[in-house]
Amino acid sequence: MNGALRGVPGRPVPWLRRAILVGICGLFLVPIVSMLWFTFRLQGGGIGIDHWAALFNPENERAYRNLVAGILNSLLLAVLTVAIVWALFLPTIVLVHLRFPRLARVFELLTVLPIAIPAIVLVVGLAPLYRGIVGVFGGGIWTLAFAYGVLVLPFAYRAIASDLQGMHAATLAEAARSLGASWFTVLVRVIAPGLRPGLTSATLITAAVVLGEFTVSSLLNRVTMQVALVEVSKSDPYAAVITSLLSLVIVFALLFLFASFDSRLGLRGRMERRRPGRAAPHASQHRRAKNEEKEVSTDG
Amino acid sequence: MKWLGLAPFALYVLLFLGLPTVLAIGTGFFDADGRPTLSNLAVLLEPNIQQTFWASLWVSALTAVLGAVLGALTCYALLGARPGGALRRAVDAAASVLAQFGGVMLAFAFIATIGIQGVITVLLREQFGVDIFASGVWLYQLPGLILPYLYFQVPLMVIVFLPAMLGLRREWAEATASLGGGSLTYWVRVAGPILAPSFLGSLLLLFANAFSSYATAAALISQGAQIVPLQIRAALIAETGASRANTAGALALGMLLVMLVVMLAYSALQRRAARWQA
Repeated sequence: MNGALRGVPGRPVPWLRRAILVGICGLFLVPIVSMLWFTFRLQGGGIGIDHWAALFNPENERAYRNLVAGILNSLLLAVLTVAIVWALFLPTIVLVHLRFPRLARVFELLTVLPIAIPAIVLVVGLAPLYRGIVGVFGGGIWTLAFAYGVLVLPFAYRAIASDLQGMHAATLAEAARSLGASWFTVLVRVIAPGLRPGLTSATLITAAVVLGEFTVSSLLNRVTMQVALVEVSKSDPYAAVITSLLSLVIVFALLFLFASFDSRLGLRGRMERRRPGRAAPHASQHRRAKNEEKEVSTDG
Repeated sequence: MKWLGLAPFALYVLLFLGLPTVLAIGTGFFDADGRPTLSNLAVLLEPNIQQTFWASLWVSALTAVLGAVLGALTCYALLGARPGGALRRAVDAAASVLAQFGGVMLAFAFIATIGIQGVITVLLREQFGVDIFASGVWLYQLPGLILPYLYFQVPLMVIVFLPAMLGLRREWAEATASLGGGSLTYWVRVAGPILAPSFLGSLLLLFANAFSSYATAAALISQGAQIVPLQIRAALIAETGASRANTAGALALGMLLVMLVVMLAYSALQRRAARWQA
């Protein structure tokens, strides 16, 4: 088996591959393991669960009231921002794709702007804007969702648009329209089901970005989870580290589980297999998926 | 009528992206009393502000280069992994968490690891007699940003560069092999040049990411303003009144100019990279 000895061309050498993965994963685990160890260390030396017990002790409720409020605010903002993505971004992205294809370039450029304009720059202009908003709508935390929508626009657009191109949305919409479907029916019953994987990942990324957001909320003086964490860390670093560790692990687990769920349903895989041996001309996503499939078949 | 469907989105983007951007840049051209002036821009010429810009630039450049190299190595190692397999899913999820959710929490991770009472700091001091802070506590200074920044730069590289890596076609490797080229020839003469524009593009994206990053630095550094975003913080929350908001506007303009150059270079590289993705 000369081939096995020399390896598959273009594929990493197994030992090198393993060495890199073990090395990088090891390095990236050091801070996470350190966080865990840190929370078990007691002030006078020794090991115990005192810091964890203190955080979850109902008697300390007052001390962590701000943190709880921040977490609840962040969860509310995540829900509201996801609503903006679903109700405003999704229909607009589909509309541009189907009815204004000539605007697609400009639209894509527009969705990159929130990356090109750093949040710390945006907040300089958001500060006077929000002084006006507070005057009209009051100081409720929910108004922050409008600013967050802009921050997640690039991620939401990318996730939704790549699926839209992969599913031949224009052809499907035309077929549905010619059978008498309204645009609303096309969006909800034809396009949306095909966008399921993209919408799922857009939703997850939106939630992750909003829950992790600090720049805008802290400089606009709103109490979100991250703002409260920094506040708590000044007096009680253990509470801050425990909360950070828990949220990092929980969000990781959620993303991991959703990805598993998605791949078990095999939506992408199934769509590929329906068109055997024909590369979709404009969808790089498709070719990529196909390449990956080929790699699977040679794996064993 | 046809255009009405775009109106809500257009209105939203104008209000919450267009208007804040114009306001941010605009405040730099007015004085505290609302009269137009160019004097705020002089702040960009002050030695200590220029020093912060240099600090921002080199921290971004250094973490972008290191992050890109380590991230590309990770992508290479992931080439053999089954798509949808547990390894790929775990790496994808971890990369998202660290690059898009981490921020403030990454600062705490490093305080717990290499802070003054950090686990690694204490371990090295008590077990090996090594004091990593022998020449001063650098974690809460500029050099302290490098490790936490790498902790989100490498994952971002994996997110943006892995698709390009997976786009390499088997046929190219097989053609190289059938013409007698080895693995080294393939990577240096075939895959390398094809990936180069994507790699440089990702590198620029990482640079932009570090340059605009605020949360990790804000949580780690509470005293002083060693990078530009922290200067903007100092200007925005200054007690001295509105005049500093105009300084923030001038600093924002300076940041935007840097970002403009980076993004223009990025889009040029993207066009070049697209040649192999059609």
